[in-house]
Amino acid sequence: MADDGKRIVTETAARILADLADPQTINKSTNGAWKDPLWHALSDAGLPLAWIPERLGGSGASLAEGFAILGVAGRFALAVPLAETLCAGWLLARAGIEAPATPMTLAPARPYDRISVDADGRLSGRVIGVPFAQDSQHIAMLADRGREHLIALVETRDCRLSESRNLAGDAANVVTFERVKPLRIAPAPNGFDLTSLLLMASTVRSVETAGALEAILSLSVAYANERVAFERPIGKFQAVQQNLARLAGEVAAALAVAGSAADTIAQADAFDEAVFLEAASAKIRTAEAAAEGSAIAHQVFGAIGFTQEHVLHRFTLRMLSWRDDFGSESYWAAELGKRVACRGADEFWPLVASR
Amino acid sequence: MTAHLYFDPIRLPPECDTLRAEVRAFLADEIAASTFDPHQPGDGDAHNRGFSRRVGAKGWIGMTWPKRYGGHERSQLERYVVTEEFRVANAPSHLHFVADRQSGPILLKYAPEHIKNDILPRICRGELCFSIGMSEPGSGSDLFAAKTKAGKTAGGWRINGSKIWTTSAQIADYMLALFRTSPPTRENRRHGLTQFLVDMKAPGIKVNPIYQMTGKPGFNEVVFDDAFVPDDHVMGEIDGAWKQATSELAHERSGPERFLDTFYVLLELIRALGPEPDLRGAEGLGRLVAQLHTLRRMSVSVAGMLQAGKEPVVEGSIVKDLGTVWEQKLPGRVRDLAAFLEPEIMNRATLEDQLAFATTIAPKLTIQGGTTEILRGIIARGLGLR
Repeated sequence: MADDGKRIVTETAARILADLADPQTINKSTNGAWKDPLWHALSDAGLPLAWIPERLGGSGASLAEGFAILGVAGRFALAVPLAETLCAGWLLARAGIEAPATPMTLAPARPYDRISVDADGRLSGRVIGVPFAQDSQHIAMLADRGREHLIALVETRDCRLSESRNLAGDAANVVTFERVKPLRIAPAPNGFDLTSLLLMASTVRSVETAGALEAILSLSVAYANERVAFERPIGKFQAVQQNLARLAGEVAAALAVAGSAADTIAQADAFDEAVFLEAASAKIRTAEAAAEGSAIAHQVFGAIGFTQEHVLHRFTLRMLSWRDDFGSESYWAAELGKRVACRGADEFWPLVASR
Repeated sequence: MTAHLYFDPIRLPPECDTLRAEVRAFLADEIAASTFDPHQPGDGDAHNRGFSRRVGAKGWIGMTWPKRYGGHERSQLERYVVTEEFRVANAPSHLHFVADRQSGPILLKYAPEHIKNDILPRICRGELCFSIGMSEPGSGSDLFAAKTKAGKTAGGWRINGSKIWTTSAQIADYMLALFRTSPPTRENRRHGLTQFLVDMKAPGIKVNPIYQMTGKPGFNEVVFDDAFVPDDHVMGEIDGAWKQATSELAHERSGPERFLDTFYVLLELIRALGPEPDLRGAEGLGRLVAQLHTLRRMSVSVAGMLQAGKEPVVEGSIVKDLGTVWEQKLPGRVRDLAAFLEPEIMNRATLEDQLAFATTIAPKLTIQGGTTEILRGIIARGLGLR
């Protein structure tokens, strides 16, 4: 049953993206004309609102199904706010807020940013690196009133955005809230805090990164089998084979740890120690794989892979940018290290073995 | 085009929790009885006949084998739990481990019934130690260049030549070895080797110790001087050992022993850093934890796929490649992260001893059981590059 659902959404996503988000076609486009038809097709299939229950206006897919969609999105280095809308919808649903059927994003996107709620319910704060904020009509957010956490929905046009882009050229705006009146605001569930939100969104990035790594492995192997130098396909050289085997190792690590974290969140009742270990590890290890894997793929392609006309950068630069979203690998490593140290040596192996 | 890599997010089933608790209780009793010291990593390589028999009596050797041969018909995942708990505790399982991991499964597949009935129950009882006769002075990774000869004689074979780097040969009861029964052919250089079961007590076998750079014996040279091996000790097809080699690899390469061999330095680092490490210590530790967790999830996933009857050869090779490189680098990472700790931390001496040990054994980790280069060749083949 569950596997069937995953298979159906995966096939749907793959079909739409193959038709309307082909990386080569998008890479050649100069005017972004591909965006609207793609978003409409994704919306018609109910994918952006997958993580919103039907009673709140969504398509009510399971967490596992949503993560499967995002793995496919990663394989296409998708540059529309599908992951962000999914995540925003999921966040709103935590507080029972109905989601608009528009492209959305979420905030904060960095661990040290905060948005505060005034006594009269207005939002203030400045958050950086909000992915696709300028391409979204709404922003879902976690905000604080004293020690209380609230989930709110605002219209993007009510906020001040500064133009800013990530390495891959996708919008990643600084968003300033100056006493913004939310469309809806409601308390977050008990125990839900910014760490919970960041763990969830980080896992989304981990799954996308694993997908992008799968794609660059396929591209690199195909190229190595086809590109001839010294009268042989370069894939016949042991030095190149060893590099590609290392790339496969990074892809495997990313797939395994991201898949494991997604599975953990999909089964979990709360953002507990297990989720923390799994999701933080996934963000750390997939970010490391993104750096290592990108370098190897570029090495295989040589100069052609360093050109704008080649698709490789769509994957590599996006993965490298995703490392910074929702807590970098350095941030999560420090947090994970602190927790492990605090538990002490005797409690370390039992934690690892419990997964 | 490209082989897809699969790592299903397999979880250990609930029966594994009960088993794990039993294993931990057993190991705690053994430690209390001074059978071994979990803080002495070298003990993991030690042979301890009494300990192995007690492990056998618990039913933790040959766990997945049929009951009629003394096995216990439990799952790969249950075996996984026993293996990882033993590794983490530095338990002296060396005597039975090779037989349990690879020799027994080969016998199960290729030995005649009377040999299975004779040997497998004794392995399961923890009575037998196996060694592997692969490398020779002129052939290591290039397995199929082996020259040690098995010549046909009445009722069996006469073995002449030598094997080298053979772990445990000094105490092994049996060896599973590759010998040349025919020359290679022009079409197939892998042709002509046959797998044999050798009784190490047979006349004409001499074992010479070779000391490792750790200062301990461990390697051996095994010299065969007209040693006799009976016909029923041929394992599988004569001249066709090359066909038998690949399917066992996923088992052999993806277990917890492929990334936990220097685990103790990480534990000791956590003790040394204390409950409130500085940012450098915390971040360094966190990365190591994430990398270890990733390796273990990959390894459990391969165990689960094996249990499901799949043959994840490429995935298994990737686990060994990443795992052994990681466990090899771990002592260096721990050394870096411990560099600025206060000199008077409680476990300074233990940490230094363990680092010294781990640093000296580290080079072998990416050589034994298939070098990094060979593994990456296998992975490249799986990717469709060769």
